[in-house]
Amino acid sequence: MERIPILKMGPYLLVTIQVDMHDQLALALQDDLTNRIAKERSRGVLIDISSLDVVDSFIGRMIANISGMARVLDADTVVVGMQPSVAITLVELGLPLEGVHTALNVEKGMARLQQKNGTRH
Amino acid sequence: MTTTETISSRIPAVLRTSEREILAEWLKAQLAADHSRPDLLKEADLREQSREFLSVLRAAAEGGAVEVNGEAWDEVRDFLAQLSRARAQLGFSPSETAMFVFSLKQPLFNALRRELKGDGEALARELWSATVALDKLGLYTTEIYQQSREEVIGRQQKELLELSTPVVELWQDVLALPLVGTLDSNRTQVVMESLLQKIVQSGASIAIIDITGVPTVDTLVAQHLLKTVAATRLMGADCIISGIRPQIAQTIVHLGVNLGEVTTKATLADAFEVALQRTGAQLGSGRPPVRGGA
Repeated sequence: MERIPILKMGPYLLVTIQVDMHDQLALALQDDLTNRIAKERSRGVLIDISSLDVVDSFIGRMIANISGMARVLDADTVVVGMQPSVAITLVELGLPLEGVHTALNVEKGMARLQQKNGTRH
Repeated sequence: MTTTETISSRIPAVLRTSEREILAEWLKAQLAADHSRPDLLKEADLREQSREFLSVLRAAAEGGAVEVNGEAWDEVRDFLAQLSRARAQLGFSPSETAMFVFSLKQPLFNALRRELKGDGEALARELWSATVALDKLGLYTTEIYQQSREEVIGRQQKELLELSTPVVELWQDVLALPLVGTLDSNRTQVVMESLLQKIVQSGASIAIIDITGVPTVDTLVAQHLLKTVAATRLMGADCIISGIRPQIAQTIVHLGVNLGEVTTKATLADAFEVALQRTGAQLGSGRPPVRGGA
């Protein structure tokens, strides 16, 4: 089964979603990511969804869930590169992803993670 | 209706043999009538249009079919659509436009009467089918007239939407969106899209929505604003709402609208100052030139 790769960058994990998200894939990602966070004791997760141009309520909730799970495992989540159409869809679906950090691109997202991590210690 | 009967019809023959008389009589009637508009349409043009209509009408009638919606009448309908659009643009009223067709009745009936003198039965039948056909064509012109007007209105609405939502780049990383006029859901959609698009393009991290030009804020408008703010946040940019007038602040609280954690400022200048602070930018001459101490 195809899986979304999770890259390790120092204390952070990097996930780039470059294929169409379907429900099974999202569930697998949720599994893999929580396992990786626990295993690597990561401090932050950066999810790049810039190539995701279709989103439904399930995927939206999944993103919120992943962020919540990461928080429980003591890692911050930053979602970067959301397309305008995706942002509008999520808002219209009533899923404004409260509590999920966002950034415009990977660079800014990484800066945000580092800043958070710096202030935490 | 009896329109499906054959027009067996003497009408094409009448149209052919007495074309000249009908045309002359019709023109005279059109020019004499109240609905004639010599100020909008020259007599020569009217003559040309009338002549052309008679000839396409004859061609269609000779085709045999009486059903005005049928294929044989395509040319007539095309001609009338064109005429109706042109007249709508020239400023004719709908009834003036429709009268172009309706005023043909009298001359045509006169010609039929001359032709079928003595045969009352046939005359009545012919008159009926001619009436039905001309009525339908007349209504068709009105329909097209209305349609072309609606197209104009639709186009104007669209232009207005695009005109009224400029996103300006105030400073590096700072965008401003001055809203003027009432916010409805259509407009919010356009505003949101253009703002988010601009954020992607410019990589801005702060967007200031200025509602100085929004006359009233009710729950719906507030909800639209909050949606825009939420979408902006999802993109990874911060949003500041500025230009909230005292009355609007009162209304918002009275309505029980919860603006939540959205930063709000009274003026665009205040919002700009906050934006500069957050992005760490500095204006050339030390302190930014805004009123009051920070």
